[in-house]
Amino acid sequence: MRKAAIALTAFLGGLLIVLGLSAGSASAQEGGEAVRGTLVSAGQPVANVKIDVKAEGGAPVGSTVSDAKGKWRVDVPGGGRYEVSLDAGTLPAGVGLVNPDQQTLHIQVFSGNVRTVLFRIAPGGASSEKTQSKWDRVPQLAFDGINFGLIIAMAAMGLSLIYGTTGLTNFAHGELVTLGAIAAYYFNVTVGLNLIPAAILATVVAGAFGYLQDRFFWGWLRRRGTGLIAMMIVSIGLALVLRHLYLYFFRGSPRQFADYTIQKGLNLGPVDVTPATLVGMAIEIVILTAVGLALLKTRLGKATRAVADNPSLAASSGIDVERVIRIVWTVGAAIAGVAGILLAMQQSVNYQMGFQILLLVFAGVILGGLGTAFGALVGSLIVGLMIQLSTLFIPEEMKNVGALLVLIIVLLIRPQGILGRAERVG
Amino acid sequence: MNWDTIFSVSIEAAIGTNAVIYTLAAIGINVQFGYTGLLNFGQAAFMAVGAYGLAVGVATWGLNFWLSICIGIASAVALAIILGIPTLRLRADYLAIVTIAAAEIFRITVRTSNYRDVTGGTDGLQQFSGAFFDINPYGKGQYGVGPVSFDDRTMWVLTVGWILVALCCLVVYLLMRSPWGRVLKAIREDEDAVRSLGKNVFAYKMQSLIMGGVIGCLGGFIFALSTGSVTPDSYAPEVTFFAYTIVILGGAARVLGPVVGAVIFWLFIQFSDQILRQAISAGYIPNSVMDTTQVGAVRFILVGLGLMALIIFRPQGIFGDKREIALDAR
Repeated sequence: MRKAAIALTAFLGGLLIVLGLSAGSASAQEGGEAVRGTLVSAGQPVANVKIDVKAEGGAPVGSTVSDAKGKWRVDVPGGGRYEVSLDAGTLPAGVGLVNPDQQTLHIQVFSGNVRTVLFRIAPGGASSEKTQSKWDRVPQLAFDGINFGLIIAMAAMGLSLIYGTTGLTNFAHGELVTLGAIAAYYFNVTVGLNLIPAAILATVVAGAFGYLQDRFFWGWLRRRGTGLIAMMIVSIGLALVLRHLYLYFFRGSPRQFADYTIQKGLNLGPVDVTPATLVGMAIEIVILTAVGLALLKTRLGKATRAVADNPSLAASSGIDVERVIRIVWTVGAAIAGVAGILLAMQQSVNYQMGFQILLLVFAGVILGGLGTAFGALVGSLIVGLMIQLSTLFIPEEMKNVGALLVLIIVLLIRPQGILGRAERVG
Repeated sequence: MNWDTIFSVSIEAAIGTNAVIYTLAAIGINVQFGYTGLLNFGQAAFMAVGAYGLAVGVATWGLNFWLSICIGIASAVALAIILGIPTLRLRADYLAIVTIAAAEIFRITVRTSNYRDVTGGTDGLQQFSGAFFDINPYGKGQYGVGPVSFDDRTMWVLTVGWILVALCCLVVYLLMRSPWGRVLKAIREDEDAVRSLGKNVFAYKMQSLIMGGVIGCLGGFIFALSTGSVTPDSYAPEVTFFAYTIVILGGAARVLGPVVGAVIFWLFIQFSDQILRQAISAGYIPNSVMDTTQVGAVRFILVGLGLMALIIFRPQGIFGDKREIALDAR
């Protein structure tokens, strides 16, 4: 969610819908009932804006003004329905509500809960959206889509190669993405390195984790003769364990890296982008090209494709299948870790970030053809574009739904995916 | 450490509403996965459509309670058909991905603020269970034996819930002894063999998916009634993973497997939870190692480890038969 918020800051500020609302439901411990929120316009807090709270259709409860960080909070006497209104006259010049008819919001506060209320404000207010016709947004959305698609592709390539070489549908792949981000956060914020060396170390950690996972866990299961469906369910269990280990040690609240988080956007024609995102995209393209070339040109890459094609035949022609699989795991985990770091630079580090994109990664992999590395790349780019461009027609919050629906439709009409070889899938 | 509380809370969990909800979800999965070999990882969606059918019917459209229950069941049947048509011809791993995606599509859609008028967005819906508690035969008060007790509303939910569990077990028992049940088990073992006998495998799989989904949707009703509310995020994918752990723990393809699995699962979860919480508040576990907000994460870690260990070392669970577990790729 946050990624889109950063990318779309040019038009609308503060789109922390999911974060904001989930914070509302999770903050039951803070004592009495209250409504609160943060006013943000294009990433900048908006101070001194008056907020009035009334019981629905009744007496005023209280009013406040937003502080220097844009935060405001009004305590209410108990659970019930309230009207929260923002005094548009107190907004600074040039800033307005994105939806002028949402100056007053009717909300439900549950007893014991603090409810977060979101006013969408942006430079230029309502005009910021209206002057932008649907089609004017296409270049920016397409750019964001390619950016997100490349991140998905980095995770998808490893997932697809692991599937191709071992047959494992790895539901714990998202946790490798998260590991990259959390390790980078540790080296960057806790240890205090600059983000660039921290990211390199984190990539090594993710790769090492992939290697160890295969060396001591999946390899052991393969030798035991555990079935593929059984291994898939094991990976679901492993994902639960890893994700909640992250929750245990990293806690639930999203965090930011120390470097490159606040940058002034660049204006490239119709597209606005931060320098960090551009560098990230360059890294993505370099890594994906390098992996692609390695698969096509090197001996090891050819061996990998041979194993993905037919492990028994590859083994009988002298390829060390286990070694190939181990390298695939290591490289796949490392690039998934890089994907996590780049994703976290655009959103934030969060213990379930990998799980949140896992289904989109699966969508990319299946769209391109399970087990094919290049299919994963093409499929992921399509998924990324789909997600962003679908917001032209469907609500922002539902953008992932479009990609998941495409997944189901592709399975209906071309189950082997775009680049996949026709084979029996049913 | 107050051992009385630890034991009474654990026993209450083992026979309480969570155990009922997850037993029903697990019985549904047992029909699909245990008997037919279908990897439906979207059971949370079946529970959610049931719960939302009921809640939207009463709270949003102002319909009669029982009519809304019918809407919930009809929605679960419709979901099974919509989900089944594209996916039942696919291999098991594809089916798993697609069903989990479908469950997420449903959850994201109902929590979207654009449909707040109908589904209540992230807040969900409340105030739909009045008619159910109007016919509550229990008078106000606490009911129980010794330290284990429930209030009148919970008693009524539990009574109805365990009756539903018993009925579902009976239906599953009778059906699986019938020719229909034998076809399902044959599909699990060898789909092509069944096809060669002239059976319509797709239709049987669809019937199994619908039946499991409707039983799951009963679990959704109990969930909604026991909390008096439906919220989208109570139907996250973890619900399905828990239910799978329960099926495998009790023993897949056994009528009473899910019941035993759910009771043991919740007994163990609540027991470990209570011990950790009490040990933290008594100071046996220093706050630097673990505080009470981290106990929730430990629960999921234990479930994940349990699921992995069961599948690797004892896929047949407590009662199952290893030869009957559909865990090999086909």
